[in-house]
Amino acid sequence: MNLHLKVWRQKSAQSEGRLADYEARNIPEDCSFLEMLDLVNEDLLSKGEEPIAFDHDCREGICGMCSLTINGIPHGPSETTTCQLYMRKFKDGQTIYIEPFRVGAFPLLRDLAVNRSAFDRIQQAGGFVSAHVGAAPDGNAILVPKTQADRAMEAAACIGCGACAAACPNASAMLFVGAKVTHLGSLPQGQPERDRRVLAMVRQMDAEGFGNCSNYLECEAVCPAEIPNSVIGQLNRDYASALVKDTL
Amino acid sequence: MNLLLSFWRSSIGKKWLVALSGLALLGFVAGHLVGNLQMFGGPSKINAYAEFLHANEKPLWVARIGIIAAFVLHVAATITLVLQNKSARPQAYQLGRNVQAKISTRTMAYSGLTVLSFVVFHLLHYTFRLTDPRFKVIAEGGLLETSHDVYRMVLLGFQSPLVSGFYLLSVGLLSLHLSHGISSAVQTFGLESKRSAQRIRQTGRLLSGAIFVGYASIPTAVLLGFLK
Ligand code: SF4
Ligand code: FES
Repeated sequence: MNLHLKVWRQKSAQSEGRLADYEARNIPEDCSFLEMLDLVNEDLLSKGEEPIAFDHDCREGICGMCSLTINGIPHGPSETTTCQLYMRKFKDGQTIYIEPFRVGAFPLLRDLAVNRSAFDRIQQAGGFVSAHVGAAPDGNAILVPKTQADRAMEAAACIGCGACAAACPNASAMLFVGAKVTHLGSLPQGQPERDRRVLAMVRQMDAEGFGNCSNYLECEAVCPAEIPNSVIGQLNRDYASALVKDTL
Repeated sequence: MNLLLSFWRSSIGKKWLVALSGLALLGFVAGHLVGNLQMFGGPSKINAYAEFLHANEKPLWVARIGIIAAFVLHVAATITLVLQNKSARPQAYQLGRNVQAKISTRTMAYSGLTVLSFVVFHLLHYTFRLTDPRFKVIAEGGLLETSHDVYRMVLLGFQSPLVSGFYLLSVGLLSLHLSHGISSAVQTFGLESKRSAQRIRQTGRLLSGAIFVGYASIPTAVLLGFLK
């Protein structure tokens, strides 16, 4: 198939960027979106032009490194990550806009690559359990009700890709933070640090300059891990109760 | 006070303040509607209600101050949140797109601002009575029997299609604002995971619809000549 691409090109964070036009020719339908970009890049290299920089790593939908806002939607028209998006989702001759994740807290590095370390810093602020774990415990030594285990598992599916913030009209990271807080907060091992965790993660989230959720629910629509927006409700409730306890 | 400050200082805390003050304002909107509907009981009913309110100056002022405080908090917290949201995405998408955001959500700022300007006009109009020279007692050259002749004042006010039109538009937008607001508050209070969340949402939508119908009924009845 042949495609008309409009790709954001920008040399560095400081320089001006612009949408550049490229023709992608003879792209197999079974190519992934990133493989399509690889083909375009090979073409550019053979012509002696600078290839398009974009983020990727596992290419199997589990690492959260790939990004891209495709035709206005982070991770494009798929239920999964950009690396798991196949060209058969597009029509021959279609125009495709490819832009970086546009979030102030994710500074652009080059072209389509952005720096998502802000998420790592939020995670480092409290997204962990610091109890000494020792050797692996017996399977049923710590009992977890099934509903809680399911809830934690559902939230733990977050791969930290940042699409939620990229899709949010307010560039809010609350789906990501909600997922982390819900994941650990639903398990017995996460209880001792539950209040401290949510306070620290939200403080870091605010310091990074993310926006605030106003329930557009765009995050939930684009999340490749299908994190439900109820984790934001959980985040709001946990945060308020921790803040009240902390202040009084 | 300390608690208020620590809530004010954080993003989620501010959302709580918006939700709580919004809830207080919703209470006022509902109470005010019950009072207004006394119009359908005729002049004696609504005028007696006005007199009753003014006979109880102290509690009235407590309520007023509460409403003003909630209003100021609601608007101030929202403005700071919106400014943060704007600066959180310094560079917009060339091609932006929404997947599932509702219209009531996307128009919150517009509906809120229209309601805000309406409240200003509404106060000047019926509370301070500065916009219409007819809203004075007969002895002072107006058309009201007594200063508590609310019935006639409302009648005169809503006979103007322009006033009624703006009123209808504003209560319509208020209802849209409430239907998003109530469901947002469910999320802010973290009730989302509860089974009752859906029911609260539906009740919220019904309530905002009922509020629209209730408020809209008065100017409509005046314009159609049912109230005279
Ligand atoms: S919540 Fe979903 S969209 Fe957001 S970072 Fe996690 S996986 Fe990505
Ligand atoms: S490259 Fe790892 S999830 Fe897409």
